Amino acid sequence: MGALLNQRFLTLAVLAVVIAVLPFVFPSSYYFRVASLVWVSALAAIGLNILMGQAGQVSLGHAAFFGIGAYAVAIGPTHLGIPPWAALLIGAALSAVLAYLVGRPILRLKGHYLAIATLGLGVLVALVISTESGWTGGPDGMPVERLTLFGWRVSGSYTWYWVTGALLLVGTWIALNLDETPTGRAFRALHDSEVAAQVVGVDVARFKLQAFVIAAVYASIAGSALAFMNGFINPDQAGFLHSVELVTIVVLGGLGSVVGSIVGAVVLVTLPQALTMFHEYEHLLLGLIIVVSMIFMRNGIVPSLSGLFLRRARS
Amino acid sequence: MTILKATDIGISFGGVKAVDGVSFSVSPGQILSIIGPNGAGKTTLFNIVSGIYAASRGTIHLADEDVTGLSPHKLAARGLSRTFQNLQIFQRMTACENVMVGRHLREKCSLLPALFRTPSVTRQNRETRAAALDLLAYVGLKDVADVPAGSLPYGACKRLEIARALAAEPRVLLLDEPAAGCNAVETEEIDHLIRQVADRGVAVVLVEHDMKLVMKISDRILVLERGRPLAEGTPREVRDDPKVLEAYLGQHGAREAARA
Repeated sequence: MGALLNQRFLTLAVLAVVIAVLPFVFPSSYYFRVASLVWVSALAAIGLNILMGQAGQVSLGHAAFFGIGAYAVAIGPTHLGIPPWAALLIGAALSAVLAYLVGRPILRLKGHYLAIATLGLGVLVALVISTESGWTGGPDGMPVERLTLFGWRVSGSYTWYWVTGALLLVGTWIALNLDETPTGRAFRALHDSEVAAQVVGVDVARFKLQAFVIAAVYASIAGSALAFMNGFINPDQAGFLHSVELVTIVVLGGLGSVVGSIVGAVVLVTLPQALTMFHEYEHLLLGLIIVVSMIFMRNGIVPSLSGLFLRRARS
Repeated sequence: MTILKATDIGISFGGVKAVDGVSFSVSPGQILSIIGPNGAGKTTLFNIVSGIYAASRGTIHLADEDVTGLSPHKLAARGLSRTFQNLQIFQRMTACENVMVGRHLREKCSLLPALFRTPSVTRQNRETRAAALDLLAYVGLKDVADVPAGSLPYGACKRLEIARALAAEPRVLLLDEPAAGCNAVETEEIDHLIRQVADRGVAVVLVEHDMKLVMKISDRILVLERGRPLAEGTPREVRDDPKVLEAYLGQHGAREAARA
């Protein structure tokens, strides 16, 4: 138990140090921006990993919740006069309610019905956002009012680096907390054997639903943060490709590994930036790198590498 | 006093009657064994009683409450626990965590305190782990408490399942072939374990192929053949029943056995 506790604190401490030290080596504000994008993607991925890695359910439309969070902070202040910070909370609540309503009938069934249902949900939300142009600006997107907290206007890539970094720390802390609780154990148990989880009294449908709602709230808050940071939002953030990107981050980094989701986000967000020098071969190389790393690190980057180090340390 | 009572249970799969008109009952502290040739419907009967299959006819009463058709987690909440013939352990969790999941119903499980890890969550975790370690010691697995369950040998997994089932503090325990694939020493250990559990007042229903084990520890035996009840009684009565001998050994074998 002591070892586990230490591991939890160690993870948080290392992450905090990395976030604090990076600004000293960043040569330009462009780097702050890319790092903030990493933190936001990592936040969404950590939430999705609770659903996929812990509870073993797949959501193929997770960008829908990301989009709801993003458009909540765009539409709320612009059209309804809601304070930006309140719009973030309303977005998170809306995402939670939607996840609950979609998940409740679906998660009673056995099998990967959630993947199909969320696929449909993702398409639907993206469609609504692009067609309701009176509210959302349609395919062109819409501007987002700056976030103000207690009179402090949060803006600039430097400031947002710290805000998203803090959000990521809190998100990581919560995900690590969850792991070692009756709820976290119920998630992992139903993933390994649904029938065995049931006979010890785990209400499988209820816990899958909880994991789905948690994942939706994570994505929604990440979406709101991105919209505030960019000051602009377009429907791509809610689209299918973004959903696939989130799933890729989770699988690439390692299912069930909180650190894995952060590493996965680092790879998937920074790699395209680094590969721009290869121009037309950019996407080809990105795909190749993902395929090769999945072949050689089947459990994802973090679990595979930590397993390797443990074996080395023992021998 | 009866704690679990199944009456006239029947289920069909595509016209095949896998279980047909089976009744049994068991009291606290009693060990009831269900035996029969392969395909007799023993595991199917277990799956019905534990709520995994829905019976097409019959009723099940648990402590005088009609629990027919309740889902497994609701039956677990009413004191029914079971193990599986084909192992159903949580492979990626440690042995200790497996047993801790078994304590699920005894834990307070609210989401918000879990997310923010309040002191009460930490305290409860400590208590659950201590209880799980006690159970692991009870089944002789304390040394491997923090080993991933997926890397444990078969016999250890069998005992781990029993520990997990006991963690729920059941009133009725269904054991599906707990000694299958175990060597003589392991079987002996499981034999002791089951007897101890029953002595604590738990009603045990056992499906087992190891006849030595069954004859030794059972209070009553129910024999099934092709989904139908063939005989019921004490180990001695069942052993001497010509119908049972015939089912196991065939007509010719039964005549030979009778002469011997």
